[in-house]
Amino acid sequence: MIRFAELLDTLLFTPGRNGKLRLMVEYFRTTPDPERGWALAALTGGLVFGQAKPAQIRALVLERIDAELFGWSYDFVGDLAETVALIWPERPGANRMPELTEIVEALQLTSRAGAGRLLEAWLDALDATGRWALLKLVTGGLRIGVSARLAKTAIAEFGQVDVGEIEELWHGLSPPYQPLFAWLDGQGARPSTEDKPVFLPLMLANPLDEADLAALDPADYQAEWKWDGIRVQLSARGGEKRLYSRSGDDVSGTFPEIVAELPDGIVLDGELLVGSFEAVAPFNDLQQRLNRKKPTPKLLQDHPGFVRLYDALWLDGEDLRALPLSARRQHLETWYCAAPRPRLDLSPILPFTAWDELAALREGARDRGIEGLMLKRAASPYLAGRPKGPWFKWKRGALTLDCVLMYAQRGHGKRSSLYSDYTFGAWRGIELVPVGKAYSGFTDEELLRLDRWVKEHTVKRFGPVREVEPGLVLEIAFDSVHRSTRHKSGLAMRFPRVHRIRWDKPPGEADRVESLEGLMAE
Amino acid sequence: MSAPRPESWIRTTPAGLYVEPGGFHIDPMRMVDRAIITHGHGDHARPGNDKVLATAETLAIMRARLGERAGKSLQALRYGETVRIGEVDVRLVPAGHILGSAQVVLDWRGSRVVVSGDYKRRADPTCPPFEPVPCDVFITEATFGLPVFRHPPDHHEIDKLLQSRALFPERVHLVGVYSLGKCQRVLALLRQQGYQEPIYLHGAQLAMTELYQSFGLEFGDIRPALGVPRQDLAGQILLAPPGVAADAKLPDPVIAMASGWMRVKQRAKQARVELPLVISDHADWDELCRTMLEVEAPEIWVTHGNEEALIRQASLYGLKARALSLVGFEGDET
Repeated sequence: MIRFAELLDTLLFTPGRNGKLRLMVEYFRTTPDPERGWALAALTGGLVFGQAKPAQIRALVLERIDAELFGWSYDFVGDLAETVALIWPERPGANRMPELTEIVEALQLTSRAGAGRLLEAWLDALDATGRWALLKLVTGGLRIGVSARLAKTAIAEFGQVDVGEIEELWHGLSPPYQPLFAWLDGQGARPSTEDKPVFLPLMLANPLDEADLAALDPADYQAEWKWDGIRVQLSARGGEKRLYSRSGDDVSGTFPEIVAELPDGIVLDGELLVGSFEAVAPFNDLQQRLNRKKPTPKLLQDHPGFVRLYDALWLDGEDLRALPLSARRQHLETWYCAAPRPRLDLSPILPFTAWDELAALREGARDRGIEGLMLKRAASPYLAGRPKGPWFKWKRGALTLDCVLMYAQRGHGKRSSLYSDYTFGAWRGIELVPVGKAYSGFTDEELLRLDRWVKEHTVKRFGPVREVEPGLVLEIAFDSVHRSTRHKSGLAMRFPRVHRIRWDKPPGEADRVESLEGLMAE
Repeated sequence: MSAPRPESWIRTTPAGLYVEPGGFHIDPMRMVDRAIITHGHGDHARPGNDKVLATAETLAIMRARLGERAGKSLQALRYGETVRIGEVDVRLVPAGHILGSAQVVLDWRGSRVVVSGDYKRRADPTCPPFEPVPCDVFITEATFGLPVFRHPPDHHEIDKLLQSRALFPERVHLVGVYSLGKCQRVLALLRQQGYQEPIYLHGAQLAMTELYQSFGLEFGDIRPALGVPRQDLAGQILLAPPGVAADAKLPDPVIAMASGWMRVKQRAKQARVELPLVISDHADWDELCRTMLEVEAPEIWVTHGNEEALIRQASLYGLKARALSLVGFEGDET
């Protein structure tokens, strides 16, 4: 436990990613099993104990410390776990310091009432850093600036394998990960994932530079719509089913209606959308589902989810990733057509012979649920990560609208002294109504000039916000527009940014709310 | 005849703690005729007093820092020797804080008051240890007067520094230390722990360290950091004042800081310290409590710091205790 506590402590203070990686690699290299495995579980958020509540910890410390002294101390320190860790009266030699493994195993076997006495004995045995780590561990949330991904990267670096390999194995493993460490130590075989619903790392696309199109042969590529949902992976093997987000988080609980439909023996790649096959709902509706860990019956009914499939990584017990895309697609279609499922459909392939045709298709794509086009090399195997070349995303051109600056707010970080967050509006009759907010799209010089303009044209102040006179037109670029209650106009833009500052344009000539409504995806 | 009540002869004035039958102040905040100075830190040893009494070491520090303004007439008093000022017998006793630091023991008509100044109880290779003196009133500092402050053993913290250096051998370790006292203590602790590489010092540190050397203290190979090519500092330890340490223009330094405040992680984090070292020249909570009991004083007066908690603890011990509000002390170390 002490080594683990010291690791957490140094990770907390080490600012850089590389420094953190080095600390973790060193720890994994020098710590025996199963201790390092439990540490890995803690770092990846895989250890959750429900037994210790803050009130219980406070009660424990007040058995030892005068309430007034504790109160002064808590005021000063401001964090319960840390205050208790620091104030706990030492009893040198009271007990042997527990290992992390003992703590985890004991907590897994104990009730809430029993947990208090266990904690007390451990607090007596540990030093201040050990107590801090213990309390952070049992109350949940280490908050030391290490993501699960970074911990997995450290494990990969430790075993000198690609982090994709770790991701691929991850969901088939459980703490304390002894087979994983044995393999990384060169002492054992790669853990088998044969019959487990693992997450296979995704293949990602690069943005298309249109200038490069000329060098590409249209005959080599397959085109699909780029759907405006979230990328997911469906994994069902060995009788277990999972839905993973693109980073490998298990989101099965959020979309039970989809998981229920999965037959065994598949790993599929697709876009999670809500609505129906014929009418995809706007991204905002999907967002409502994503905000809920478990959907309410009403949410399920109003915004049913489905997955539009575009690739197959594993079908009928066979790994397809080494096959070319065209062959994988064949497998996918054969499999799907044999037994269509209500929550799954296929992303269609768009026929084309020349790039011009695609460009026209992309320009015309204003349908709800479409963000642009995907170009995938038909011969490409499925490669984890973002390889250069085989896959491109070709987002549709942005929409633009001339809006009038209404409010400005100070930014954060290095912009904290400048008015850098802008709320803008469009005309409705003689009234200006807010339609969006933008923080980006201008140069540092432009920012300075905007900041000066705001300060010189302020009419009212509300704390950090200034209302300005309607005198400056901003040409705003955005991807799409949807209904929303966030702004008074009842509309919200997706990804708005300042396209140009129209110092020259009179505000009366800016656009009207009706124009924005006309751009709304139908 | 019973001894006079302490508050009848020692009181606070705008200039600070005043000993009436002796006609002198202790660590005055304003210029006075006669002052006794406990130690050389700037918030205790201020310029412009007429007659100044302190240990020879403290006087040397004052002369180095304040020059002519250290005082018109400087009188050195050895630890343990008694001198009568007015009607009061004055004795200086080691406080264990920094070189030359002293408690002031005051005797008048059978009543004894001890002013601790700043102090600590653990061993410090750069000054003699604190001696508890039984008294009627003990006036104690309370910088770390909260039970969350328990300084770990020094060697544990120095180990942390040496381990970090082993882990990051290509990075310079820039340790923020107060120029007077902390700097020399950290040097001495590093040497005690067997570290024999050169240690680089910022200009301000160097002058004060040379003064320590003139009192016979040795620190091994110390060098000015100024003018040393950056690449030669890779893997080395460099001591600098805290403010300088934070914005040093060095490539990828490990920013360390040696201070009792580093015990609280959020404080260290806010100061953007990567390697907090809990090394303090002030007594921690346990030392403060232990000292209150060892001096056997029925009454404790608490000055600069977190007075409330220490007063509460004194009352739990059954001692009379109150806050002695003295403005002007920073009550912290950085």
